[in-house]
Amino acid sequence: MMAWVFGSLVFWLAAWALNARLSRLSATWVRFFVPTLFGVTVIVVWEGMVRGFGVNPVLLPAPSAIAATFVGEIPTLWGDLVQTFFKGALSGYVIGCTAGVLTAIAVDRSPFLQRGLLPVGNFVAALPIVGMAPILVMWFGFGWQSKAAVVVVMVFFPMLVNAVEGLQASESMQRDLMRTYAATPGQGLRKLRLPAAMPFIFNGLKICTTLALIGAIVAEFFGSPIKGMGFRISTEVGRLALDMVWAEIVVAAIVGSAFYGAVALAERVVTFWHPSQRG
Amino acid sequence: MKSFLSILTVVAALIAFWYAACVPMNIHEAAIQAQRAGVDVTPAEAPERRKTGRISLALQNTGLWSTVFTQERPQLPAPHQVAQEFWKTTWGMIERGRAFSKRSLILHGWITLSATLLGFAFGTALGIVLAVSIVHSRAMDMSVMPWIIASQTVPILAIAPMIVVVLAALSVDDIVAKGVISMYLSFFPVVVGMVKGLRSPDAMQMDQMKTWNATRTETLWKLRLPSSAPYLFASLKVGVAASLIGAVVAELSLSSNGGLGARLLAGSYYGQTVQIWSALFAAAALAAVLVWAIGVAQKITLKRMGFAQ
Amino acid sequence: MNNETTTQAAPPKAVVEAKGLDLTFQTKDSPVQALKDVNLTIDQGDFVSFIGPSGCGKTTFLRCIAALEQPTGGSLTVNGMTPDEARRNRAYGYVFQAAGLYPWRTIAKNIKLPLEIMGYSRTDQDERVKKVLQLVDLEGFGGKFPWQLSGGMQQRASIARALAFDADILLMDEPFGALDEIVRDHLNEQLLKLWARTDKTIAFVTHSIPEAVYLSTKIVVMSPRPGRITDVIESPLPKERPLDIRDTPEFLEVAHRVREGLRAGHAYDD
Repeated sequence: MMAWVFGSLVFWLAAWALNARLSRLSATWVRFFVPTLFGVTVIVVWEGMVRGFGVNPVLLPAPSAIAATFVGEIPTLWGDLVQTFFKGALSGYVIGCTAGVLTAIAVDRSPFLQRGLLPVGNFVAALPIVGMAPILVMWFGFGWQSKAAVVVVMVFFPMLVNAVEGLQASESMQRDLMRTYAATPGQGLRKLRLPAAMPFIFNGLKICTTLALIGAIVAEFFGSPIKGMGFRISTEVGRLALDMVWAEIVVAAIVGSAFYGAVALAERVVTFWHPSQRG
Repeated sequence: MKSFLSILTVVAALIAFWYAACVPMNIHEAAIQAQRAGVDVTPAEAPERRKTGRISLALQNTGLWSTVFTQERPQLPAPHQVAQEFWKTTWGMIERGRAFSKRSLILHGWITLSATLLGFAFGTALGIVLAVSIVHSRAMDMSVMPWIIASQTVPILAIAPMIVVVLAALSVDDIVAKGVISMYLSFFPVVVGMVKGLRSPDAMQMDQMKTWNATRTETLWKLRLPSSAPYLFASLKVGVAASLIGAVVAELSLSSNGGLGARLLAGSYYGQTVQIWSALFAAAALAAVLVWAIGVAQKITLKRMGFAQ
Repeated sequence: MNNETTTQAAPPKAVVEAKGLDLTFQTKDSPVQALKDVNLTIDQGDFVSFIGPSGCGKTTFLRCIAALEQPTGGSLTVNGMTPDEARRNRAYGYVFQAAGLYPWRTIAKNIKLPLEIMGYSRTDQDERVKKVLQLVDLEGFGGKFPWQLSGGMQQRASIARALAFDADILLMDEPFGALDEIVRDHLNEQLLKLWARTDKTIAFVTHSIPEAVYLSTKIVVMSPRPGRITDVIESPLPKERPLDIRDTPEFLEVAHRVREGLRAGHAYDD
């Protein structure tokens, strides 16, 4: 059994040496290979340690066990994903972010309100809003609606703050130029301030992807019909079936990165002109 | 001063909105209680009332509006009710010499706070060490940094119950279990921020170090670390808020041993909505104080370092 | 004797008239008098340069004409109306110190920006864009994005944008200040050619004495604290000016007069 331990350590050293040499190059394939090799090494060492030391699978399952569970439980995992992500997180995300941007536009005409809204918004965004989950479950019931409500509350203020900052981002010189064209406020909003606000709005959208998924999952800890990622995690933890928990975490990681990646891709398209996108 | 008035207006508007929301939220309960007391309610039949929407029920029973603000188990407690409960369980407890009794928010706040600070301290230290190694080793940079950036998109809080249970099974102290989660959550913003900060000196300043034949360690201490101060403080603010959230969520799975999260959970089990809200506010107040404290440290430090804005 | 065919020059039409113009800014410490008792007439077809040290009020005066600032005393009319009415009538084009092009629009779309706002038809827009790109020598660059152009080209695009719609007045606030001297010379030459072809009235703010003397028919020397006009010089130089004119004695004389005016206004004092 110790062979596993030694084998994985050898692998680790070899991979480390390889990475150390490769990192001196800067070819594109290297930039993908090195972190991938690192990730693979982590999994190999994990597997080696768990098998070699005979770690109790209740405490820490081996990656192979997790993979097996993952493949075997795909229907359940998919059902949970639909419940948590597509129904709860995504709908809350869309509603909350839209509300944030619309509120920012509504408040745009009043610098007085903006000056009050930014600090208050920043403050609320730092609070443990996820703690409202039990209250929202009480109000909206056990279904996906309460999870969406949690996401809306979590996502609204960070989005609002970013949108307000974005709308203020256009330089005074460009706003003066609009005045010389005798543009209406609506024209100024459409042609200057909204496009100029896009980098900030996308920054908010990216932050909110993570918040949305966390909100939906944690909200399910508080009450859910018999499906959902948070539900699955808390019940399987209770049954000490940690391999299923890890499988759900893998799904969450994949979905989280994919969601973020999709928004980042949209950002590239819309804000192609921004220095950060031009590299 | 100008923004003070604006902030006050926004906060006042939010509180007014809150009070207004109490009416439709609590109207069903108010109607039930009013009917028991023999007051006329529209519609009079309970089943019919259950089907009536909150807003229309409120509009049909304007006489009941004043009663929605003082219910025992309201759907939505009024601001003053939350404030009263908060007061009762904090200052009120101190006055009666029972600051650390089981009902006191101060006790629970302290439990949560200690886990938060423990995790935050370790997370920050670990984050800085990792950032320094990433900046100085290309192998670390290329292998680890992409994972750190990618992990920011992973809902880490989802793992909280598992970590808590596993560590509890290993007979680890509760505070350590919570601290591990807090550490994990504050670690990432610190690494990302510090890497940015350690790399912030411009090419000109780095060249200057070269002309003085400075070693990498000297460059680290004399140039990179001081330059990263503003970035560090920004990350600390995010990190401390994240640590607190981590501790509270961890307590939701460990409810037996107190803490604000445990209070929250207990309140939701027993339908004590006012208790839930006041625990939430205690957590919010704690977060605000922690972020403010870092902000003060930030101001003082940056001013002395000449970064003053 | 054909007295009837003797053409009498039409009396110059006053495009901008300032009488006793005052502008005091209320700042946190103490009020700053940016403009004091400014009296000036700019006629149709003039090229007027404003020159002076920082704080002399030249940009402030330009912004008053553009209705971007409100004077606190005196009167100011543009085309016979108040500056704000003139602004709403789209009477002028403004060129700022920085090009201020929108990075998310191509050059052609940037030039179309005022045209879209003012409601010109699509075909009209395309025609005008083509015309002004030719005028500023940027033909073929319509499809590029601002960051793909050099500083000088961006500024030319900004000028094109100000010329695209039918405004008879062009207000330019140190448009070439951020460019190096060689590019500047080239753009100065082009600006004069443009002025000759389009016959607009141009008010031009600058820090550079040679630029002011080279470009203008009238030079207004200003001094600060409070901002006021120290001298108005009607340039004796001919309208057609090759760059070499800057080495002639007449040019140097005018430049000398400008320097004297600046000295009188304490521009060179500590």
